[in-house]
Amino acid sequence: MSDVKTEHKPESFTNREYEAGFITDIETDTLPPGLDEDVIRHISAKKNEPEWLLNWRLEAFRHWQTMTEPHWPNVTYPPIDYQSVSYYSAPKSQADGPKSLDEVDPKLLETYAKLGIPLREQEFLAGVAVDAVFDSVSVATTFKGKLKDAGVIFCPISEAVQEYPELVQQYLGTVVPTGDNFYAALNSAVFTDGSFVYIPKGVRCPMELSTYFRINALNTGQFERTLIIADKGSYVSYLEGCTAPQRDENQLHAAVVELVILDDAQIKYSTVQNWYPGDENGIGGIYNFVTKRADCRGQRARVSWTQVETGSAITWKYPSCVLRGDDSVGEFYSVALTKMHQQADTGTKMIHIGKNTSSTIVSKGISAGFGQQSYRGLVRIAKSAEGARNHTQCDSLLIGDKCGAHTFPYVEVKNPTATMEHEASTSKIGEDQLFYCQSRGISEEDAVNMIVNGFCKDVFNELPMEFAVEANRLMEVSLEGAVG
Amino acid sequence: MIEIKDLHASVDGKAILKGINLTIGAGEVHAIMGPNGSGKSTLSNIIAGRDGYTVTKGSITYKGKNLLEMSPEQRSWEGIFLAFQYPVEIPGVNNTYLLKAGVNAKRKHQGLQELDAIEFLQIVREKAKLVELDQSFLSRGVNEGFSGGEKKRNEIFQMAVLEPSLALLDETDSGLDIDALRIVANGVNHLRSKDRSVVMVTHYQRLLDYIQPDVVHVLMDGKILKTGGKDLALELEERGYDWVRQEAAA
Repeated sequence: MSDVKTEHKPESFTNREYEAGFITDIETDTLPPGLDEDVIRHISAKKNEPEWLLNWRLEAFRHWQTMTEPHWPNVTYPPIDYQSVSYYSAPKSQADGPKSLDEVDPKLLETYAKLGIPLREQEFLAGVAVDAVFDSVSVATTFKGKLKDAGVIFCPISEAVQEYPELVQQYLGTVVPTGDNFYAALNSAVFTDGSFVYIPKGVRCPMELSTYFRINALNTGQFERTLIIADKGSYVSYLEGCTAPQRDENQLHAAVVELVILDDAQIKYSTVQNWYPGDENGIGGIYNFVTKRADCRGQRARVSWTQVETGSAITWKYPSCVLRGDDSVGEFYSVALTKMHQQADTGTKMIHIGKNTSSTIVSKGISAGFGQQSYRGLVRIAKSAEGARNHTQCDSLLIGDKCGAHTFPYVEVKNPTATMEHEASTSKIGEDQLFYCQSRGISEEDAVNMIVNGFCKDVFNELPMEFAVEANRLMEVSLEGAVG
Repeated sequence: MIEIKDLHASVDGKAILKGINLTIGAGEVHAIMGPNGSGKSTLSNIIAGRDGYTVTKGSITYKGKNLLEMSPEQRSWEGIFLAFQYPVEIPGVNNTYLLKAGVNAKRKHQGLQELDAIEFLQIVREKAKLVELDQSFLSRGVNEGFSGGEKKRNEIFQMAVLEPSLALLDETDSGLDIDALRIVANGVNHLRSKDRSVVMVTHYQRLLDYIQPDVVHVLMDGKILKTGGKDLALELEERGYDWVRQEAAA
């Protein structure tokens, strides 16, 4: 007698060892936990900041103290003690800021090499410039010279404050104001580093720019701030990657990204987020509370957000587009994977203000194990947005029966000429799809990967090639052992 | 090739197969006919290894091995192929990519070198002609937006690429117009060889006009009640199935 029946066990969802989970043993200059005005003054002084920026931070901090943590996202976690977090940590060897790659601590170079991000220019993919942010500071930026020849500024934001203060002051906080939301206010008060990009008029950035964020120190939050300005008629493609060591404590990551796009300019912003997701019992992992917003200030300005979110214990993130200029275009392409005990509440906001503005939303959510995922999206057509168009496609894929997918689409239309389309679907990986692949000789695990990658294809197609390969690989790692 | 002995199987506790005995030799073409709900599709699904069926008694020996111990992909590597009655759509997964993964998994299993993209494309283009499948189908999502006839042609195309030793065609004729039926049948006939056995599960004798079987079985009430030559199919077409049951009971 033989039983050919097999069971799918969601309990057996496991995470193959998180590859980026190692810790770099390096001497650091770390502030003791806690947050008050002195800490902010200290951070500001460390970075030798001008008076206006310190005041800007302090104002944000005072505002933050009057705010309460948002609880509307569809995620649950124990209360965060903001006084138990350290708000600044930097490798000691970086104290004076290395002038060139030769001065960068070899241990740091080794860390990035291990993560597949060689910082020595001759070793790196010729077409990509990298800014590497380690805990609270930028440790290296490659190809600065070549970019400078094209007039492109690509440097750590702390350096931009010193070198290009008028540009920073003109744009900082104009897309995401200090009091925008709880985490944006916190970030404004304590942000430490991040990238600054300025593409001058009519320049097509000669290479992809990328920032690689790494949280290393224990008990430290990372609060990076990225500001990208695309002046009239310019173009830039920017990539962002993130990892963190495997630790039992939850760590806080509250970033702000501001994009300013002027007439006829375009920014393509791609993220592969692979923060440590916690272990199979839901212990540890990064709390990823991020505010990303693009302001299409000019006419015919274009922005596209492409994100692959596979990491973090909790993700709270809505990369948004404010379509102010007439004929401006906003796009949001997202793949989010929640497995084990991960939770994600993510989506986008498309705010149509200018005439004939158009936006596209393609969101693909995959839940496995005990993962819980919500798509939350807002499409707002202002009265002034004559002839605005939106197309939203929102698909969820469930693997196993202990996970969940939720959708919260909000639509506000104040102008009757708007065209709105919304498509949504929720499906389970079909037993018949799996069997079909298996009967063609493909193992169950490979079949799951194949089906998931097929499901994500519309979004992966939007990624720059280097990232598309990485994204495919990450989805594979994450789903290994997904079916038992 | 395959020997099924006293096979009993149930779905959700309900007995569907009640003692199937069937032996198919290399190169033979068998047709399994019978009314709706008689267990025809259950039999082909069990041979291919689909989940959800419990074999309660009996054995299936394939090329001298115990088939029931193998996973569906192992069965595929060993040369079993199921042409589905209702092929599923797998959005975003390229038709050629799926097949290449299958072929290379099999080659790996056999200790052969995997085929590269260019070699594979050559094979695939050749085989697509067999069922008059337009090249554009090769790069589309698996069965995505295919018409009923295109899906069935795609199944036979896959069979041609995977070169099975035992092909199970589950109601491959259903939903086909007469031209599509001719194309599909031509494809199968091309693939007939002395090393390849074919089992056709069908309601209708129509398919058998195009693909001539060596043996015809009547499956009713979970058992094979009658076995004959291709004339049996004609007789069934004329007289229906009831007389078979009466004859068996007598």
